[in-house]
Amino acid sequence: MTLHDCRDAFAQTLCDLAEQDHRIVAVVNDSVGSSKLGEFQQHFPDRLINVGIAEQAMVGVAAGLAAGGRIPFVSAASCFLTARAMEQIKVDVAYSGHHVILCGQSPGVAYGELGPTHHSPEDLAWLRAIPGLAVVVPADPAETAAAVRWAAAYDGPAFLRISRMGVPDVFPDGIEFQPGVSSTLREGRDVGIICMGTTVAPTLAAAHILAAEGVEASVISMSSLAPLDREAIVAVACRTRGLVTVEEAYVSGLGGAVAEVVVEHCPVPMRRVGLRDVAPTGSTSWLMHRAGIAPDAIASAAREVIGHR
Amino acid sequence: MNALADPAELAEAARRVRLRDLGMVTDAGMGHIGGEFSVTDILVTLYLGVLDLESDDGRDRMVLSKGHAAAALYSTLAEAGLLPEEDLATFVQPESALNGHPARTKLEWVEASTGPLGHGLPIGVGMAIAARLDGSDARTYVVTGDGEMQEGSNWEALMIAAHRGLDRLVVIIDRNGLQQGASVAETSDLEPLGDKLRSFGWAVREVDGHDHGALQAALSSVPWVPGRPSALIARTHKGHPVSFMSDVPAWHHRVPSAAEAATARAEVESS
Repeated sequence: MTLHDCRDAFAQTLCDLAEQDHRIVAVVNDSVGSSKLGEFQQHFPDRLINVGIAEQAMVGVAAGLAAGGRIPFVSAASCFLTARAMEQIKVDVAYSGHHVILCGQSPGVAYGELGPTHHSPEDLAWLRAIPGLAVVVPADPAETAAAVRWAAAYDGPAFLRISRMGVPDVFPDGIEFQPGVSSTLREGRDVGIICMGTTVAPTLAAAHILAAEGVEASVISMSSLAPLDREAIVAVACRTRGLVTVEEAYVSGLGGAVAEVVVEHCPVPMRRVGLRDVAPTGSTSWLMHRAGIAPDAIASAAREVIGHR
Repeated sequence: MNALADPAELAEAARRVRLRDLGMVTDAGMGHIGGEFSVTDILVTLYLGVLDLESDDGRDRMVLSKGHAAAALYSTLAEAGLLPEEDLATFVQPESALNGHPARTKLEWVEASTGPLGHGLPIGVGMAIAARLDGSDARTYVVTGDGEMQEGSNWEALMIAAHRGLDRLVVIIDRNGLQQGASVAETSDLEPLGDKLRSFGWAVREVDGHDHGALQAALSSVPWVPGRPSALIARTHKGHPVSFMSDVPAWHHRVPSAAEAATARAEVESS
């Protein structure tokens, strides 16, 4: 199975769009290489605005560019972009209604051994609390490209979570991203498993394990964390015996969002798989396994939630 | 580029702006009248004597970074005919477009939503870069408080602007010397502010921030040094020209009583 770095699809799509639309600019914090924007810089040197290591000003500058008629894609490591510039994201971008696309690169535990200072398991919980900000977590290159195309055309603030972690193809090339619409990747009546981004592939593998035991799982990819596909969550909660959420983030992100809907509309047993504490030192794959983001552990959570031992 | 306005007319306009502001703050029972009165002459000079808001080549932009002086901005916009006079009565009322801090989504001529300090200058840098990409000569003006220059984001933006040679960008620092609780010097001193700005690559001038003629001459003649952004340190007095408010920190956000308002009104009218 070939694994892909979603930054490649991000950077290529942005270059293609910039070729067609002169309004598109990139704003970075010395993050050209880590965002894979070298080709963009080569083709559009005036439109690659590197502010240096200055995240607060980076987001403010992007808001000013948007006010001046440009379409800025801010691209920076998610840990620095979201934590350092949160007030600018809240006020200059979201509250101000600017068409700024915040691209959180290498989020979650993608930076592995670099440690908790470089991880961003908080970003989904933080950002979903901000009204009016679309929060999108693509699962593979096709969905990443679709999310970038959508965000360029969407006249409002958006956050795209772009991973460097190797992921297999899940979606066909050329799909369209729709905000607030989830994708049902597998139908099953016993348990619903809701995932996003890097957790989609291990969740599909978990569904295969469960199927071999006679447990049929629905698998839903919730790439649009905000706006949230509440109808799909209620529907899968009502027609199965329990839900599992799987995210490469603190479980207050996707897990928290799904739980809020379930508690209000269709209470069912739930398990939230994801990070719950500050990670110790370790590789990305080791950290993913430690958090239970692996086929066997996801299958166990599913069995547990429906009382199937 | 506007023809230069008559300083005496600007002074008369500033009196009207302060009187409206005083009425708004007194009626609403809230505001930041000290910082509003210190920045009024700067705002009046910009909107009535400097800004070109109609150019086909891209209009000038003006960001009030010290958003707590919102009432002074609204009152100035009304004076400039950019906001209906009757809207001022809605200041901070439920669902009003006239928030306690300016919101760009609610009022056409508010270019940026401000309030948290240290946001306006980075936004102005982005506006100036956008104008340059468009090949426009439009200018971007950002008005900050002086206490606000304690924010690190401003110094990030100062570096970026100088590095990129944004000489159509102007920051005007309302140097009233006071912040919410005490003087700037006692809290975390900025001096030598001019030297700091110069060392960051900016062209720097100082001016009496209540002298409309001097403000207009400086603000209309940018860039002062080709290739460098311009910083105008405008020496002002918080609460100016009201005797009992002037240079008193408590008037950062105190609301005048009826008797104080009457005295203040008389002093503004005779200023």
